[in-house]
Amino acid sequence: MHLVRGLRAEGINIFVRRESVVKIGTPKELFEGEARVAMTPSSAKQLQKLGFDCVLESGAGALAGFSDATYAEAGVEIVPDAAALWEAADIVAKVRQPESEELKYLAKGKTLISFFNPAGNEEGMAAAKTAGANVIAMEMVPRISRAQKMDALSSMANIAGYRAVIEAGNNFGRFFTGQITAAGKVPPAKVLIVGAGVAGLAAIGTSVALGAITYAFDVRPEVAEQVESMGAEFVYLDFAEEQQDGASTGGYASVQSEEFRNAQLAKFREIAGDMDIVITTALIPNRPAPKLWLADMVAAMKTGSVIVDLAAERGGNVEGTVKDEKVVTENGVTIIGYTDFPSRMATQASELYSTNIRHMMTDLTPEKDGQIVHNMEDDVIRGATVTYEGEITFPPPPPKIKAIAAKPKSDVKEKTPEEKKAEEEAALRKAGRQQISLLVIGAVVMGLIGLYAPAAFMGHFIVFVLAVFIGFQVIWGVSHSLHTPLMAVTNAISGIIILGSLLQLGSGSWIVLLLAFISILIATINIVGGFMVTRRMLQMFQKS
Amino acid sequence: MNAELQTAAYIAATVLFILSLGGLKDQESAKRGVWFGIVGMAIAVLATIFGPINPHDISLGTVLAASPIVLLVAVVIGAVIGSVVAKRVEMTGMPQLVAMLHSFVGLAAVFIGLNSDLTAHAFPTPAEEVIHEIEIFLGVFIGAVTFTGSLIAYGKLAGRIDGKAMLLPGRHLLNLVMVVVSFILLIMYMNGLGSWTLYLMTLIAFVIGVHMVMAIGGADMPVVVSMLNSYSGWAAAATGFLLGNDLLIVTGALVGSSGAILSYIMCKAMNRHFVSVILGGFGNSTGPAMEIEGEMIAIDADGVAAALEDADSVIIVPGYGMAVAQAQQNVAELTRRLRAKGKEVRFAIHPVAGRLPGHMNVLLAEAKVPYDIVMEMDEINEDFPNTDVVIVIGSNDIVNPAAQEDPNSPIAGMPVLEVWKAKQVFVSKRGQGTGYSGIENPLFYKENTRMFYGDAKASLDTLLQQIQ
Repeated sequence: MHLVRGLRAEGINIFVRRESVVKIGTPKELFEGEARVAMTPSSAKQLQKLGFDCVLESGAGALAGFSDATYAEAGVEIVPDAAALWEAADIVAKVRQPESEELKYLAKGKTLISFFNPAGNEEGMAAAKTAGANVIAMEMVPRISRAQKMDALSSMANIAGYRAVIEAGNNFGRFFTGQITAAGKVPPAKVLIVGAGVAGLAAIGTSVALGAITYAFDVRPEVAEQVESMGAEFVYLDFAEEQQDGASTGGYASVQSEEFRNAQLAKFREIAGDMDIVITTALIPNRPAPKLWLADMVAAMKTGSVIVDLAAERGGNVEGTVKDEKVVTENGVTIIGYTDFPSRMATQASELYSTNIRHMMTDLTPEKDGQIVHNMEDDVIRGATVTYEGEITFPPPPPKIKAIAAKPKSDVKEKTPEEKKAEEEAALRKAGRQQISLLVIGAVVMGLIGLYAPAAFMGHFIVFVLAVFIGFQVIWGVSHSLHTPLMAVTNAISGIIILGSLLQLGSGSWIVLLLAFISILIATINIVGGFMVTRRMLQMFQKS
Repeated sequence: MNAELQTAAYIAATVLFILSLGGLKDQESAKRGVWFGIVGMAIAVLATIFGPINPHDISLGTVLAASPIVLLVAVVIGAVIGSVVAKRVEMTGMPQLVAMLHSFVGLAAVFIGLNSDLTAHAFPTPAEEVIHEIEIFLGVFIGAVTFTGSLIAYGKLAGRIDGKAMLLPGRHLLNLVMVVVSFILLIMYMNGLGSWTLYLMTLIAFVIGVHMVMAIGGADMPVVVSMLNSYSGWAAAATGFLLGNDLLIVTGALVGSSGAILSYIMCKAMNRHFVSVILGGFGNSTGPAMEIEGEMIAIDADGVAAALEDADSVIIVPGYGMAVAQAQQNVAELTRRLRAKGKEVRFAIHPVAGRLPGHMNVLLAEAKVPYDIVMEMDEINEDFPNTDVVIVIGSNDIVNPAAQEDPNSPIAGMPVLEVWKAKQVFVSKRGQGTGYSGIENPLFYKENTRMFYGDAKASLDTLLQQIQ
């Protein structure tokens, strides 16, 4: 483009070929029942502002409610079939992971942005590598604050959570909210959401908004606050073991200990009979979904209750879930195992997903000039890229920025047990050495005194040393706020020196008598004044 | 009363004294504890009065019989003076009273020592005579230092002597010379050169006491007072050795260790070494002080009142200035009104606030501030960031951020109340000058600090008119 402008300025009029502009294309989804589309008319307009041209396979948006005409209005070029689309587009944005007939379109210089399931899609990875295409997998966008706007998993989970409640309501024969009507009292429905991730939180919000009494459970206790802030009640386990901190695993749950699982199942068993609707959303990355709602819990539920299993795609959290189907158990409990909740709300889902794609494109074109800069130094782009110029770049290195929040300070400072032990030992040794040297010095001094001092003195000396020790022990316990009364009372007590003057009263010398008289007088002032003023002070200390 | 019964009475008194001091662990048990002390003292004094003058020679009769008139007159006069003083003293005047009472113990110890020298003694062995002479010397020395030191401390605290540290040139050498001369006099005394050596030493010890306390001033006074408290105890203990009286020894040791611990706590609160406090002098920084940026911004009572209206949590930091201005009643009234509006009001007390350990607690208690909202530094220091308004009344060094921020500050490393972390700080202060220590306080220049100039009491009066 710069070149073109330069030539024009020199008065040379040349024909700018449309092909020189980078094109983003979106084909029709091939997956059975998939209604979403990766580009909407509004996202197409935004993409054009970034300097791209947009191409769409005819009818790609039909199921999501966007006709070819509306795309054309937004400036999107419509091509008749998939082959033409893949031929025309440099960048292909899709929703579902590509089918094998799509994989053959991959070629060097083409970029595919889509859900790709890199961990379980060997065929796709191999094809992309051989073809030399760059693939950005939307599920690999790291969970850091900066990348939230392109986190398609979250935006889809949000829809799934909402839709799960709606789907449950569709199959549930009662109101969500409690009502007192002329025709009688309706109790509110009780809804349990298992797993308070994005989908779980969306389900909580929807359920609370519909008026149900909503409970929620999650293995990460730190989400209790979020759950409660949304108006649901967090189900706590009676479990002592330190529960895991989700921040260390990128905000996702991880596998639980056996004891923890047992405590969790016991809690579920206890409340199963009370729940009208159960929505399970528990997924652990790269593992089959944990079985949390066992057959006996399903059996314990009332007739007419509904279970929605959002983990059905990975085998389900509920025993009895059939993927993509709705089944009714013998005791009349409906179990919904659909996996296409976002697709069931295709318009909304397409809007959100295409926005995620558009944000990804914004990050890929920092200059907004229609030129892709595939910056592999960028945490987000690096994390999401699974093949790059003929190399497999999955799995990515761990992101530099942690999800949610930093660990508590104490953890950071924490030393290994060995280091701590060594330090403690060193401190102990040091204290021991000091104490021993003090004791040795003390023993030498004592020995010298004992060697020369008479027996009577030694008796008093023992009393003195013991009294000092008692004094130290007692005074350390005195409250800081009572230091002034402490000084006053020690003043009074040190008036005990009166004893000395009393014992000198027997002297015949007038001067001794006079001095004794004065010291008795002032010592009495000390005693009486000290005690009285202490009492006066202590009386003033009042509790509120 | 025979000697054995007297000993039993002394044991009872000892236990009661320990219980009395131990009772001071909290406010409620302290009220009971004082009675233990009073009963213990009564037992000890009565057992002595009705006991023998010399336990080894009962034929000499009891103390009471020896000179009843002298005894009664002295006790009655002393009791009257003591009770009058105790009733009249203002709580702001507690430091002076405590210092004065210390001086009495010191003087009594001096007199007892001198008397013991005047009285003839017979010793079974020469070693006992040496020990006795050392005891006399030591008792008189400690007593004399305590006496004059406490008098000077009293004068400084009462404002009769300039509170600033008086620094003579070569003062350390002077002290050293005096101590060495005293030691030489001790050796001369032990060699039988006569009582004049004892009298001369007494005079020198008086001078040491004066000189030592003159060199210490202002904010270091809490250390001095608790140190003198400790000395008065050791003086009593030395007297006990002199007279062979275990009760005196025990009690003296209790008081001595109590004062020592108080001094230690005070020194720690100022991040200074005990020796450097006692040797006096202060304010020698190791480099140029940090430049302070910003300016002091004044505020009037209306502004303070408005901020208090909006605040939910308030912390008041009182200092010696509150005691000087006698503003504790106004502070208490402000506290009551704010609490009546449902605001959380607490007090933060630095260990060395005021001129006596625990001085602020007593003043606030006098003004009927409930003691459970009066917090120690360690209890409350972490709460400042969550506090809406802090009011600093008459304190300076104990809220000085330079202690943490400026390594060249003379008070660097001293634990301070971190008031500047609160959302807003009001400082009630007379004028723009520095405090006692002469250290600039960067707190006054911080963005969230407003200066509320004027006498603390008058300022609070106008503030109270705004807050109903």
